[in-house]
Amino acid sequence: MNTSSNSYTFLFSIAMVVVVGALLSFVAVSTKTRINKNVRLEKMQNILSTVGINVDRDAAEAEYNKVIKEELSLKNDGSVNESVDAFEIDLAKEVKKDESDQIYPLYIAENNGQKYYIIPLRGAGLWDAIWGYISLAEDLNTVKGAVFDHKGETPGLGGEITTTWFQEQFKDEKIFNANSQLVGVASVKGNNDPSGSKKDDNQVDAISGATITSDGVTNMIQERLSHYKAYIDKQKSSLAQK
Amino acid sequence: MAAKEKNKTQKKPLVLFVKEEKEPLFSKKNRALMTDPLNDNNPITVQVLGICSALAITVQLKPAIVMSVAVLFVLAMSNVIVSVMRNLIPNRIRIIVQLVVVAALVVIVDLVLKAFLYDVSKQLSVFVGLIITNCIVMGRLEAFALGNGPWKSFLDGIGNAAGYAWILIAVAFFRELLGSGKLFGLQVIPDSFYSLGYVNNGLMLLSPMALITVGVIIWIQRSKNRKLIEKN
Repeated sequence: MNTSSNSYTFLFSIAMVVVVGALLSFVAVSTKTRINKNVRLEKMQNILSTVGINVDRDAAEAEYNKVIKEELSLKNDGSVNESVDAFEIDLAKEVKKDESDQIYPLYIAENNGQKYYIIPLRGAGLWDAIWGYISLAEDLNTVKGAVFDHKGETPGLGGEITTTWFQEQFKDEKIFNANSQLVGVASVKGNNDPSGSKKDDNQVDAISGATITSDGVTNMIQERLSHYKAYIDKQKSSLAQK
Repeated sequence: MAAKEKNKTQKKPLVLFVKEEKEPLFSKKNRALMTDPLNDNNPITVQVLGICSALAITVQLKPAIVMSVAVLFVLAMSNVIVSVMRNLIPNRIRIIVQLVVVAALVVIVDLVLKAFLYDVSKQLSVFVGLIITNCIVMGRLEAFALGNGPWKSFLDGIGNAAGYAWILIAVAFFRELLGSGKLFGLQVIPDSFYSLGYVNNGLMLLSPMALITVGVIIWIQRSKNRKLIEKN
């Protein structure tokens, strides 16, 4: 057999592609349910960690069902869209839509008598998508916790957004400024507050060497929160009436 | 001259009657395929292949071990597969064929990790994909599997992966111990040390110290192993 003829080379590569393709799709299909389950449980873990609950992956589902009281799918005007399961909303797809067509998921949790509003985030870092969750206290102003994750930020620089020291800073920061404008929490350099002790300046310390990722976090928080403004205003006025 | 020829003709019939000896599975030569890469021909410290992953995932022991197992699987399997097909592979596209074999195996490893060891796969993240470009894998396919039978190639794959693994695990041991005072995530340096003023060396967690640790291992190895000492 002449293994260096053109026709043999073609036939060989075609056969190889078919065999390898079939094998890979078989493995992908057979591991799919397990992988999806892991991703789902990780999402629950992330949501829980914004309200200060850190659980094992196996315990996540039970704890999630216990703590999360409501899952809301909001429209841009703050009204609730009952027909959509908030947990199943894929933010990666939503953020590409028009503002008015998007559905904004919101999770309401109760832990130790405290009420938390948890808002999922998604934006762009330096190389690829970044995402996370931020939880607000009952006043819908004070941040109670935040987690971030990323797809491809540089390890050691932008990748630091997943570390505790960065996420801890957001605790007790305010999302409204002194003039009651919704500004979010900005990650800035040189705010003379590296320990994060000033909690009313709407700022945390950015990551050195990762300006664009830090700006990405800033923009993500501001952009995402702005869509919840209508809902927040509504809740606030009902709180005030009480 | 004539005597020699006579000798030859006398010897020839002898060979015909001797039954060709079958090589035992673990003959001395075959064992050498496995043991050589551990020391004399170590892929990392002697051939200096696969350094990038040795730097990147040796901060803790657990990912280092998982990475070693993943490389062991990919290297042994791809060596065998390529060796089985070595007479069928068209010479002109052999590198592409090798890449496809390695890439397919890596994708399988990645999916299995995601399904069964999700945390580890998050930690290894991009490095699992980078097994494809691990020079050890392509190097062994090109240098060994294309010219040897499946069993020898399998042993060669195991040997080289083991040589890679022990360096990785040794480096990870020192980096985790000195960098965070832990082994396998469990604290091993007692609290009393810390209260006496002992501090974890944060530098050990950074990649440059992995290179230096590998350097120290090479230094020790070269001072012990006579074969590696250059004569001049």
